[in-house]
Amino acid sequence: MEFETIIWHGLAAFLTLCIFTFLYKDNPFYKFAERLVAGVAAGYWTMLVFHKLFVDKVYHTMATGQYAYIIPILLGIGMWTRFSKKHSWISRYSIAFYIGISTGVSIPVYMYTYIFRQISATIIPFTSISNVLVVIFVLCALFYFFFSKAHTGAFNIVSKIGIYTLMIGFGAGFGLTVMGRVALLVQRILFLKDYVREVAAFIGG
Amino acid sequence: MRKQIPIYFVFGSGIIMIVQYFIPSEESDWLFTYANDWVIVVGIFALALGIWSLLRSEFRKLKDPKERFYAAVLLFGFFIMIFTGLKAENLEAGSLMFDIFENVLIPIQATIFSLLAFYVASAAYRAFRARTVLATILLLTAFIIMARLLPLGPISEVNQYGVAWILAIPNMAAKRAITMGVGLGAIATCIKIILGIERTYLGHD
Amino acid sequence: MTFWDKLMNIDRRWVYLCIGIVVIIPAIIPFKVPVSTTLEVERIYDFVESCEAGDYIYLGIDYDPSTLAELDPMTYAILNHAFSKDVNVITACLSQFGPAMAELRLTEVAQQYGKESGKDYCFLGYRPYPAITILSMGLDFQVTFPLDYYGVPVDSLEIMQGIRNLQDVKGVISLTAGNVADFWITYGNGRFGFPLALGVTGVMGADYYQYLQSGQIFGLIPGIKGAAEYEVLSGFETTGLRSIPYQTLSHGVILLFIIISNIGYFASKRKKRT
Repeated sequence: MEFETIIWHGLAAFLTLCIFTFLYKDNPFYKFAERLVAGVAAGYWTMLVFHKLFVDKVYHTMATGQYAYIIPILLGIGMWTRFSKKHSWISRYSIAFYIGISTGVSIPVYMYTYIFRQISATIIPFTSISNVLVVIFVLCALFYFFFSKAHTGAFNIVSKIGIYTLMIGFGAGFGLTVMGRVALLVQRILFLKDYVREVAAFIGG
Repeated sequence: MRKQIPIYFVFGSGIIMIVQYFIPSEESDWLFTYANDWVIVVGIFALALGIWSLLRSEFRKLKDPKERFYAAVLLFGFFIMIFTGLKAENLEAGSLMFDIFENVLIPIQATIFSLLAFYVASAAYRAFRARTVLATILLLTAFIIMARLLPLGPISEVNQYGVAWILAIPNMAAKRAITMGVGLGAIATCIKIILGIERTYLGHD
Repeated sequence: MTFWDKLMNIDRRWVYLCIGIVVIIPAIIPFKVPVSTTLEVERIYDFVESCEAGDYIYLGIDYDPSTLAELDPMTYAILNHAFSKDVNVITACLSQFGPAMAELRLTEVAQQYGKESGKDYCFLGYRPYPAITILSMGLDFQVTFPLDYYGVPVDSLEIMQGIRNLQDVKGVISLTAGNVADFWITYGNGRFGFPLALGVTGVMGADYYQYLQSGQIFGLIPGIKGAAEYEVLSGFETTGLRSIPYQTLSHGVILLFIIISNIGYFASKRKKRT
């Protein structure tokens, strides 16, 4: 292991510990690391936007003679008028272009993905108890969100089954969330463990 | 007029993109491909706005003695990434910028999120009490899901089946009901935008 | 305050300390925990296994450093599996802090198998606005990415000669955190119908079973447990399996805290009644 790597990993370990100090209470070490990462992230992002987006999509298109791209480029520059009180209306054209196309392409696919496919996947043959339960649970959970009819009498039972189904869904979500969050912590512990080993190996030659 | 034309523009482009979905042809695909690509180009310029906005607020903080140090830390992080990333190759592995990315940005971001492991444990301890039927269902489901990671011998096998069933039937049904609701809401919002009913994205005069 | 009340009101810092201690134990005393596999992960494994040399897959490395703990093991395992079968891998990144990470992981595994960029694999790079980018890639890679991550024109790459868009690949696997997964389902599978599988974080895991049942995705790797399952199936072990003992102990402690809190709650309720 090279000395340079040990130093870099040492910095990473130090910053990791800085963040962990927040568990006790907010402190200057945590604040320092938090602000540093905000700056580094913004700097990295700026250079990524410049090298991989401006160069690829703005410079390259112009350099290769795709002059039609001058239209989105001008609309994009129009976005920058957002900061001027006098000229900010120009940015509305750019936003309108973005919003118009985005919403237009979204409506058919939303309809297909979130409605049609979900309905067709719920209309399934009653060949097993699970299939029957899928239909009952989906309908009951949907009914729970239906407020045009009072949830009384038989509707109350349907609504109750609906909320129980939703609670199972939220419980399952929480169970998996614990696993996800612990995984993030474990990764940091594994990093620190590996760093201690690296240092020990370096000192031991 | 400064508001009306963008609204007509959203309507026109939105309708064209919806109609395009139902007309599969080479010309329609061409229109679709370039409309999307132009949206990306317009969007690239919007990204620069975010960076400018951040820098402006941090430079203002430099004047405040209480905020000065942490604003300077952020700006230091920002400019160090700018100077080390002046060439496109600097974004690739092995460069100084990449080393900073790997040993500052990755550990801090990963550790900030790993703190959630502690909070989720504390939240589970405080909130998961069987106070009502609904809370008990939530608690039991989360308990069963979490217990799948424990080696409990023959109970584990039964638990695995239980978890698979919970995730595939009631959890799936609950999430489907929510998704259909979200989908309908999203479609309604898109239609409102195209018809010019929802126009908050245009901002105020 | 009675003993039962105290059981319900342990200071949060003791809870933190317990979690902190149990995640250190496996680092000092290593042990192994068996991992059983699930159908949703097996389907993705079977898909990669069914690919023949020269087939194309698209692997989306669509995550940030904040979720690399869960998604990195999936990336390594799938890349190892695909390269070991000489499958052509096309990748891109739709997450803003992901490209540098994605490039490192890709080149690291590719070098192990002697794979060349532009010939055996291709890293297209990064684009913002995932929904629009997916729609655009669905019709033409070269319009969305005129140059790859290294600045080479995409139309000059050997690997890209046989394919034009996402509909030409055998399947798409996106490893993602956040709403990029929804975009892949809505704008990718929903618009173009290509076979899609997802690797997601644990937090998101439960939300995608409906798409599995409806056939909109053919497989799902939920969180670190799913990653460990893929490692078991493929035999390429990284941090997925290594994390499981830590998970076991910390889950045990959290469950213990839940039990303690409920014992305290019921005992104190009973005492109040009597």
